[in-house]
Amino acid sequence: MSEQSLRNPSAPAGRKGRNGGARPLESVMQMIFFICGFIAIAFVLVITIYLIISGLPAIREIGLVDFLFGQEWASTAEEPKFGILPLILTSVYGTAGAILIGVPIGFLMAVFLSKVAPRRVAAVVRPVVDLLAGIPSIVYGLVGLMVLVPFIRETFHTAAGESLLAAIVVLAVMILPSIISVSETALNAVPKEYEEASLALGATDIETYFRISAPAAKSGIAAAVVLGVGRAIGEAMAIMMVAGNVANMPDLLSSVRFLTTGIAVELAYSSGLQRQALFSIGLVLFLFIMCINVILNVFLKRDKEG
Amino acid sequence: MKKLTCLGLSVVMALSLLAGCGGGGTSTPSTSTPDASAPSTSQGTDASTPANEEISGAVNTDGSTSMADVMAAFKESFEGLYPDVTINYSGTGSGSGITNALAGTVDIGLSSRALTDEEKAEGAVENIVALDGVAVVVNPENTITNLTVEQIAQIYNGTITNWSELGGADAPIAVIGRDAASGTRGAFEEIVGVEDQCVYTNEYESTGEVIGSVAGNPNAIGYASLSAVDESVVAVEVNGVAPSEATVADGTYEIQRPFVMVTKEGAELSPAAQAFLDWAMSADAADEIEAAGCVSPNA
Repeated sequence: MSEQSLRNPSAPAGRKGRNGGARPLESVMQMIFFICGFIAIAFVLVITIYLIISGLPAIREIGLVDFLFGQEWASTAEEPKFGILPLILTSVYGTAGAILIGVPIGFLMAVFLSKVAPRRVAAVVRPVVDLLAGIPSIVYGLVGLMVLVPFIRETFHTAAGESLLAAIVVLAVMILPSIISVSETALNAVPKEYEEASLALGATDIETYFRISAPAAKSGIAAAVVLGVGRAIGEAMAIMMVAGNVANMPDLLSSVRFLTTGIAVELAYSSGLQRQALFSIGLVLFLFIMCINVILNVFLKRDKEG
Repeated sequence: MKKLTCLGLSVVMALSLLAGCGGGGTSTPSTSTPDASAPSTSQGTDASTPANEEISGAVNTDGSTSMADVMAAFKESFEGLYPDVTINYSGTGSGSGITNALAGTVDIGLSSRALTDEEKAEGAVENIVALDGVAVVVNPENTITNLTVEQIAQIYNGTITNWSELGGADAPIAVIGRDAASGTRGAFEEIVGVEDQCVYTNEYESTGEVIGSVAGNPNAIGYASLSAVDESVVAVEVNGVAPSEATVADGTYEIQRPFVMVTKEGAELSPAAQAFLDWAMSADAADEIEAAGCVSPNA
């Protein structure tokens, strides 16, 4: 039946026939769209509810303050300790470090691609940046492990190169593509007249890019930064290979455990309260990401209005 | 034709059911005595082939995740010998394996550590089917090839932090280990006596990553199941004994743990479970144990 109605509308050229034949198809398609849209919402809802249900019992048992601000994580010790402050701080420091390195490079790269680079050069560089976004995270981890980790070990004479520093560098590279492409889109959207006016008043090219284009695109660039934060805080695979995974309080050259890797490292063989606590870490991580998404939406909305 | 096959099959099944009941009735409660109906495999497997079909049913085992390889090898061979028996294995951890065996919710519990006196007092029976050596590995560049258990403990609890303290190069020691939920870590820390005191430089969620990390870092020391050690790392001698199947089997290599099938004292096993346990404890299972990278105590 649906096949017939699919074919019918195109056959008769008359308006009447077209409308008449399209109506059932129209409503069927609407249903399909509605269902698809609902599936996405349903997944978010189910995951949220599941995380809350499975994450809360452990927090209740451990105590919210002990859980969030406890400085020691020893999940299988005789007297287990489930403090995730080291994990939270590591995630925050790691992400901040990645942003600190990644954003200036990404922003300058975006300015280069959008304004400075000759069209031909940009046409080569842009696909390379896109390719960077497509590299699986485990490959970043592998390269970090083979190149970066020995380098850090030999440079700083530490026992092992797996450290917060290695994780920050890997994360910084990983967030570059999203920062570059979102910032570039924002810079491209700056009306030509602004820049032309600036140039006409005697400003140099560089002055125009940084004084006129960048401020005009600032909410788009801010969105790029928030997007980078989201990617950095949620990454697990790559940093599991280079961070060392010991739940120390974060220090640049020592082995650290992120919120994400905290779950990934222990989940396989965990049981009982330990497993529940891992779900609670998931809940905390989920709340972090939710906050970041809300911030992102605020910036994007402002961008649309501006 | 189809009907005939069906009929034949149901007759066989009915007969095997009867045989199973009969076997159960005559068997002695003691787990160490072979069941009357179970074929004694030591008398040659070719003669017992018809008897194998008399035993059927599922054997539920549950426990140590470290025993996954051994159980997979056991399952394959035993189900080949006894076509009507299914071996089920779920890896839930040694502790829960012992608990479930005592509670009677599984036929056989699996533990990758020796039972405590407490557990034995509750009626748990220890049937050691295999021995698993934990090798201590260092990078091939490391000049140190012999450590005492005491030294290993001091490295892992953070008392010794530089290789020069052990006569090696002047370099900090990178202490590599597994994640907190790992059975290998549990076994290692327990045997060496550093439970909950370890100061790890790095933790990994798999043995492969530990080996990889030690292979790539000249300062590193790590531990891994003996079977997982390859030529990219060097397994050190412990108290002068190099880890090998022979030294694990004769007990001279100290860092080793038993793989235990736990049963409950006085509880009667199903014929299939009894046959499986007897087979696993016999010399016939030695090949499977070896294939899984462990050492058979009964070979």
